[in-house]
This record gives sequence, C-alpha cells and structure tokens, in this order.
Amino acid sequence: MTFIPAFMDMEVSNMKIAVLSGKGGTGKTLLAVNLAAIAPESVYVDCDVEEPNGHLFFKPDIHSTETVYVKIPEVQASLCTGCRQCVEFCKFNALAYINQTLLIFDEMCHSCGGCELICPENALSEKDKSVGRIQIGTSDNVTVLTGIMNTGESSGMPIIKELLGNRSLDEELVFIDCPPGSSCIVMESIRLADYCILVAEPTLFGKHNLQMVHELVTLMDKPYSVVLNKCVEGDNPSEKFCIDNNIRISGRISFDNELGTLNSNGMISARVQSEYQSMFESLLQEILKEASHETVVSSKR
Amino acid sequence: MKQLLVLSGKGGTGKTTIASAFIGLSEAKAYADCDVDAPNLHLVMNRFKGPERTDYYGLPKAEINLELCIQCDLCRQNCRFDAIDVTDNYEVDYYACEGCGVCQAVCPSGAITLNPVVAGELKLYLDDSVFSTAQLKMGSGTSGMLVTEVKKQLKDSVNDDEIAIIDGSPGIGCPVIASVSGVDMVLIVAEPSVSGISDMERIIITSVRFQTKIAVCINKYDLNQNKTMEIEEYCREFKIPMVGKIPYDPIVVKTVNDGKCITEVDCIAGRAAIGVFEETMKVFNNYNDGR
Amino acid sequence: MKIAIPAGKNSLSTDVYASLARAPFFAVYDTDTTNVEFIDNGAASSQGGAGIKAAQILVDKKVEVLITPRCGQNAADAINAAKIRMYKSIDHSISDNLKAWEEGKLDLLNDIHPGFHGHGG
Repeated sequence: MTFIPAFMDMEVSNMKIAVLSGKGGTGKTLLAVNLAAIAPESVYVDCDVEEPNGHLFFKPDIHSTETVYVKIPEVQASLCTGCRQCVEFCKFNALAYINQTLLIFDEMCHSCGGCELICPENALSEKDKSVGRIQIGTSDNVTVLTGIMNTGESSGMPIIKELLGNRSLDEELVFIDCPPGSSCIVMESIRLADYCILVAEPTLFGKHNLQMVHELVTLMDKPYSVVLNKCVEGDNPSEKFCIDNNIRISGRISFDNELGTLNSNGMISARVQSEYQSMFESLLQEILKEASHETVVSSKR
Repeated sequence: MKQLLVLSGKGGTGKTTIASAFIGLSEAKAYADCDVDAPNLHLVMNRFKGPERTDYYGLPKAEINLELCIQCDLCRQNCRFDAIDVTDNYEVDYYACEGCGVCQAVCPSGAITLNPVVAGELKLYLDDSVFSTAQLKMGSGTSGMLVTEVKKQLKDSVNDDEIAIIDGSPGIGCPVIASVSGVDMVLIVAEPSVSGISDMERIIITSVRFQTKIAVCINKYDLNQNKTMEIEEYCREFKIPMVGKIPYDPIVVKTVNDGKCITEVDCIAGRAAIGVFEETMKVFNNYNDGR
Repeated sequence: MKIAIPAGKNSLSTDVYASLARAPFFAVYDTDTTNVEFIDNGAASSQGGAGIKAAQILVDKKVEVLITPRCGQNAADAINAAKIRMYKSIDHSISDNLKAWEEGKLDLLNDIHPGFHGHGG
C-alpha cells in the first residue's frame, strides 16, 4: 500500500467520520470499509447492528467479544403488596399484576428504572438482560468494531451507545458505518461524528432519502458532503438535488460491474486492485481535506 | 384482507421496485408502505388526489417549566437516557427523551410535564384503490407503532376479501416486526452478495417466529451467479420456496426515475417480475400446506 | 361468569374485532345476569405493550372467558397467568360468537403469535 504523504500534514487522528445514506443499499459499507482500509491506520465501527456487514469484508481476527446488557426489573414477591403503583407508572406496559403476582415483560421494558424508584416497599431491583454483543478485532491496519443485535430485539440503541463509547475509538481516525434511514438509531450513530458523508444513488428513491438525511445532518449541525455512487448515464436526481441546494459533492463513483462483483464477493476492492486503491485514496484525501477544514471552521465538536 | 409483505433484510435490494410491480400485476385495490422511516412507494404509485393526513403521536416528551425548576439536579441524575442538558438552565433533549416519566416522578417542585408530541404523519389515499403510508419524523423512535397504524388504516378502509400488498423496510428491528405481525406471507427479496445473504438469513430467522408463509426471490441475480446459487442452495436446504429471479436491468433506473413501474415498460426485469409474481401467488393462494 | 370479546363498535351485531390488544372496546357478557356491557379498551392507544395492558383490563374486570380471533404472546402470557380460558372466535358477529360458545361450538385458541417487542426509541 502506498504511503500517502499528504496525511502527515493533516490533523486526522481523533476524527470521527460517519457514513450514512437514508436509503439502503447505496454503498455506505462499500465506502466506509474501503476508506478505513486505505487510511494508514484507522478504526471501523459498524453501527448497523441489525444487519452488520463490515465484518464480512474485513474478516477480522477477533480478540474480544463483549455482551451488551440492559437492566430489567425483578421483583421480590415476599415484599410486594400488590399496590400496583409500578403497573400504573410504567409507560411501556411492561408490568401487569395478575393473580396476586407481578408479571414483568422483559421485551417491553425500556430500562428507565422508574418502577424501582416508585415502589414504596423496595420490592423491585434490577438484573441484566443481554440484547446483543460487540466484537473487537483487527484486519491489518484497521481495528474493527462490530455491533450485533440479537434477533427478536426491537432496538439496537444500547449496542450503538456501547460501540461509540468504546476506548478503541479514542485518538483515532474512525469511520462509522451507519444504519439506513434517519430514525433515532441513525441519530445516535452520528451523534459524536465530526464529519458526515452522505452516500447517494442516482434514483428518485435515492434522492428522496438523501433529502431526509440531509435534513438530519443539518439539524444536528454536522459538516457534511455527498458521494454519488453507482453513477450511470442520464439524469441523476441526487446530483441535481446537491447542485440545487449548494451541497458539496466529494466524489463520484461510476456504476462498475467489476467493483460490484468484488463487493458482492465480500472483497475489499481497495486492497485487491490498484485502480480501486487509487480511486479510494483520492476520495479519502479529498474527504479528509474538507473534514479538517470544516472542523476547524465549525465551533461545534 | 390477505396480506403479502415484501421484506429483504438488506437495504437496496429492490423491495419497492418489486412491490410496485406486484401491485400493478395483481390489480390490488389495497397497498401500503410500511417503511415509515424512508417511504418510497408513493414515488412510483402516482396518486393524483391528495391524501387524508393524520398526525401521529409518538412517545410523549418531558418538558421542564423553568419558572418552577429549583435546579436540584435530581432529574438529570435519574435520567437513564442522558436526556437532561444543563447549561444555564435545565432542559430536556427532545431527541434523547424516551417519555419514561422518571424525571417527572422525582422532581420535587412539579416542574416537569410529559406532553404529547407529533412524531410523524399518516397518509391515506382513497379513490378506486386504497394506499396507506406514513412518514416518521427524523430522529424519532416508535416506528413500530406507526407501522401498526399504517396497517390499521389500511384494514379499516378495505373489504375483507381483498389482497393487500405491503412494501416493508430494511433491517430486522421493530418496524419490521410490527409489519410482519398478522400477514399471510412474506416475500424476501434477496441480493446475491455476501452482505445480502447474511442479511437475508437474519430476516428469515426473524420472520419464521411469526409462522407465516415465506418465499424468496433473487433480484439482480446475474451480478453474481455464484452467490445466486448459494441462495438457491440455502432455500433448498431449509425448504423455503424460491419463487424466481430477476436480472439486473439498467432500464430500471430510468423507469423508476420516470415514476413508473417496471411492468409498465418493456424491459427484461419487468418480464422476469411477471414470472416471480405468478410463482408468488401460487404460494400465497395455497392454503393446504399446513399453515 | 363473565365472557369478553373484542369489539370495533359497541353493538352486539358488529363483527368480532380483528385484534385483541387494539380493539376499541370489549363486549363483556355476564352469564348470571345475561347483561352485556361495553367497556373502553384503554390499551388501544398504547405506544407498545398494548396486549399486556388489555389483559390487565380484562383481569381487573374479572373476566373468565375470552373469545378472540388471535392473541399475541405478550397478552397470552398475562391471560394464561390469570387462568382466563381463550377460545377462537368465528368470523361473525359478537352475538353469533356468544351463541356458538354457549352451544359448545368454539375451539380453544392455540396459535399464539409473537408479540410486538416494544417500539424502539
């Protein structure tokens, strides 16, 4: 891998770059994985904990796995008087009082701790419930953090929070691979980002969803730019959206059968073919240049 | 109302493109878009008359009345979601707040109230067919509840013997779980790639718990014949009906961008989609397989 | 003994409601007095866990039999804990279902579908 002197001049350590898209399948993982692979040293964090894919490309040597827990209540039946204050309090209907027994519904519980606080008899305490896990490993120059939500769980929020709080991210160049959409889990994934890359495809669907994440990063005051992926001939509604709204386009990746095939086979294109290595190097350089500039200019970090 | 839901696990496999084709082919008088986070079906369904709109209220959010606040810090200490910010004043972080009510319960001066908050909008298009959809406000949670509302809105407007086609969302979490509940069949659109297969397996695991019929089709199959064969093998092994495959077709992009369905124009993807539709309907209408 | 059936409107001639947890009303028939009361289902507008709240409402009303087309896992756990017997409704009106139950024509409800596990956020 060529050593890129330009990196030496940039304050790129301790920068977190989030890759998001709104629409699924536009190329977030393609971009986040390849940019992380191309940088001299980096951390790749997979926040798409429902359907994590980055690890399929990196195939990292895993050196630690941590279970992610949330707290759920448990009752000491002998102390419970059946006053039902906890049942009335719980906004998520996780508690019911039936046949003189307090029933606790784990999956409804949001771990707010309210029932325990409310109980006048101190009959409620907390226990751990596993909702997923985090795997930490390495693949050459990249530290790979993968969050995996257990199937059947409703929300990956606790896992995303754990991922982004992990020490491995400190003082490093970090690429955050975000979930699709613009809901609370995406918001959480970009909360600590210094810079956001919005990946867009040239379809009406792509443009529609680009609009949504554009709104999100604007709301959260994050510096950002767009990478147009899978570009083909003809009108590109996403490109037009960027031009019409004065949005910086950091790069354009053409629809490329070979790139698609390498990607579909789980290969990191930048590592296996020099033309893609060059392509992602230029893209990374462009993005880091803008990101350093933007984060100096912007007062919020 | 018999419901067919289109899911994928992975994003971008072609759910909406295929769902819209099926709606045209089945002449369904009822359809819905349950991808409330990033709805796209309306972009190709061309409804001319505007929809009925209803505000959707998500979780209530806490609000601090600064005149009553004595800055005792109990709310911030007890909030499990880091939703209380302190600058000059105590303030609730709107997006982090989950509406649990703990801050209200611990506040000694009654300064905190929980207020209903609009988290999205439901839209119902009604003329000769019913189209139910919604848009979740960004940053929101409670997408599962909104999905349930989209389905309820559809059901309340439709006769019992209609077929309803539902465009789902990517992932395996809450909005997906809410959309699977009560449907008669799930069609999974798979992508022939390492990521696509991994995601497909996870959505299948999620769906089987609902004891609904499941079938798989492969989109853009010719982009990777090896991975396509892997998917076919997987379906054989787990006895999941494979209802067909659709080739990559560059005309699809233009078709979608023109706001049309792939079956409205002459293209190889459209023709293949007809075959997939017919096979899907065979599975859908077969009630004798021990459901 | 009290029998409950989910209802879309407060009328005996209305069809049984398709969902238990989200039904706007419950028809509660008292076999001793032969009176029918329609109670509001406060659970219908819940963000999540509607099945559990609906079950709590039925338990508090001292219902012993429930006739419903389907039941989610969450509600089923609560209903079974309360020892309420569940029967599968037929595709007809509430009064037809009550009649069918009296004639012993209804089957016990066996297929419980998985619950909605909360609602994200």
